[in-house]
Amino acid sequence: MPGERPTRPEDLGEIVLEVNNIEVVYHDVIQVLRGVSLKVPKGRITALLGPNGAGKTTTLRAISGLLKPEYGKVTDGRIVYEGRDLANRGPEEIVRMGIVQVPEGRHVFKHLTVEENLRVGLYIHQGRNAREEIERIYHYFPRLRDLRNKLAGYTSGGEQQMLAIGRALMARPRLLLLDEPSLGLAPLLVREIFAIVERINAEEGVSVLVVEQNAAIALKAAHYGYIMEQGRIVLEGTAEYLEKNPDVSEFYLGVAKGGGRKSFREVKAYRRRKRFM
Amino acid sequence: MTYFLQLVISGLVVGSIYALAALGFVLIYKSSRVINFAHGQFIAVGAFVVYALVAYLGVNVWLALLLSLVSTALLGFLVEKLFLKPLVGQPIISVIMVTIGLASLIDGLVHLTPLGGGNFSLPKFLPEGGIAFLGVSVSYPQVLAVFLTAVFLLAFGWFFQRSTLGAAMRAVADDQMAAMSLGVSVEHVFALAWAAAGITAAAAGFIVGTISGINLEGLVAIGLRVFPVVILGGLDSIPGAVIGGIIIGVLENLATGYLDPLVPGGGTSEVFPFLVLLLVLWFKPHGLFGTEEIERV
Ligand SMILES: Nc1ncnc2c1ncn2[C@@H]1O[C@H](COP(=O)(O)OP(=O)(O)O)[C@@H](O)[C@H]1O
Ligand SMILES: [Mg+2]
Repeated sequence: MPGERPTRPEDLGEIVLEVNNIEVVYHDVIQVLRGVSLKVPKGRITALLGPNGAGKTTTLRAISGLLKPEYGKVTDGRIVYEGRDLANRGPEEIVRMGIVQVPEGRHVFKHLTVEENLRVGLYIHQGRNAREEIERIYHYFPRLRDLRNKLAGYTSGGEQQMLAIGRALMARPRLLLLDEPSLGLAPLLVREIFAIVERINAEEGVSVLVVEQNAAIALKAAHYGYIMEQGRIVLEGTAEYLEKNPDVSEFYLGVAKGGGRKSFREVKAYRRRKRFM
Repeated sequence: MTYFLQLVISGLVVGSIYALAALGFVLIYKSSRVINFAHGQFIAVGAFVVYALVAYLGVNVWLALLLSLVSTALLGFLVEKLFLKPLVGQPIISVIMVTIGLASLIDGLVHLTPLGGGNFSLPKFLPEGGIAFLGVSVSYPQVLAVFLTAVFLLAFGWFFQRSTLGAAMRAVADDQMAAMSLGVSVEHVFALAWAAAGITAAAAGFIVGTISGINLEGLVAIGLRVFPVVILGGLDSIPGAVIGGIIIGVLENLATGYLDPLVPGGGTSEVFPFLVLLLVLWFKPHGLFGTEEIERV
């Protein structure tokens, strides 16, 4: 039907990554994810939103293979990337398959210079011309060029976030996982960083899965979004749909009237009850 | 003045050996936080491999050096793969105990061979005499020691500053999880650090063999000498290992030359460097070049 708006992730592009009903447990006892499913369409930006402690970082770690060093394990479900199952693969193999995670809190190599940080990103492509690859990153982040010889530990939060993303891009991912790039940054910087992410996505066709607590900014950049609470996906839809959804506006976009943040589930239950009264 | 220079130069030579030995020790500590108590044994293995090849098989000295570097690199690599890799995630004290056990094991194995007891010396392969430098004569073995040390330090310096693999090794030392997020194999980096430590140890052992004799106890003792050196330089600093080594070497010689005559019985070279060490730590608790946490968001 002409004019019909896409509503499923499949409508936005071929699915590169499908997370299917996964459960994750830390230290063999703490269950954090209770059946999470999501799809990432190719060449698009997908947002994963939700409050602190919902399990967003855990979801990214399950995809990138970084659960193991945290003593976490996928105990059920499947993660399929370009038709291959990622279960039980280490981060090294997954990076080589084309998925790179930018960790929450940036984690730059503090005692290495900015340019040396970038260089580490080239680890899996040591045959490539380092100069050319580094210049490609400076093209997206000109500010990093000015800081090239500075120790990363002495750069600002925004600069560190740019460096963390630039460093990940050195590995030439086809799927980039970003964990709260806005954390602790001034709004202007956050907008600058998201603009660059959108540019990379548009110019290089890199698919992006971005985790955010700042739903407003993430939904502006994203094409599709998921909302997660207490280890489950509670709502999904196109970015426009989520932006217009009154519950999302109320609880994630900061337009709540009542003050005091309730969980998304609580409102739904409350609304349901209201309907019956 | 000549006397002073003479002491400084022989101090530099000893210091070069300490610097090489300390470099290997720091590489392991920096990447994996393991303190290798078998480092002196690595130095001994390096020296004995050269000696055995030259004395028993008549191999050319330089070829023997090369083979010795390869075999200690392999030794370091295997030690990591066989003994240490299974211990990843275990308390660091268990790992350190393993290196102490390894030291005894290598000691025992060397004792099983004719090389375990006594003094050995490499056949002369350098001309007699030496060169005159500022009125001080420096023997060819001493020149070789300083030259070889410089070559190794420059090569390692280049590797760590300019190559991607070198940057990745420093990255693992800095933030293991972040390095993993970029596909860096931490296991591979640890094994490489041990192999590199083996190489520097063999180089140190070879130099000892050319300027003095080869003797198991003496070589192992150099492994222990590394402790004041790396504490002075900073446990995790590569330049610190080099500068610390040279400072301790020079201080030892100056103490022997100027303080020993004043003290009945002598032996000040054993004490004086430690006094300086304590003084430095008083002002710089992480050593001269040790990593201080960068506290800034
Ligand atoms: N390494 C870990 N070991 C144990 N529990 C963890 C670990 N990491 C996260 N958790 C727990 O898992 C839950 C979800 O955490 P996380 O995935 O970081 O949430 P989010 O990123 O959405 O804030 C939290 O309750 C947190 O305490
Ligand atoms: Mg998180």
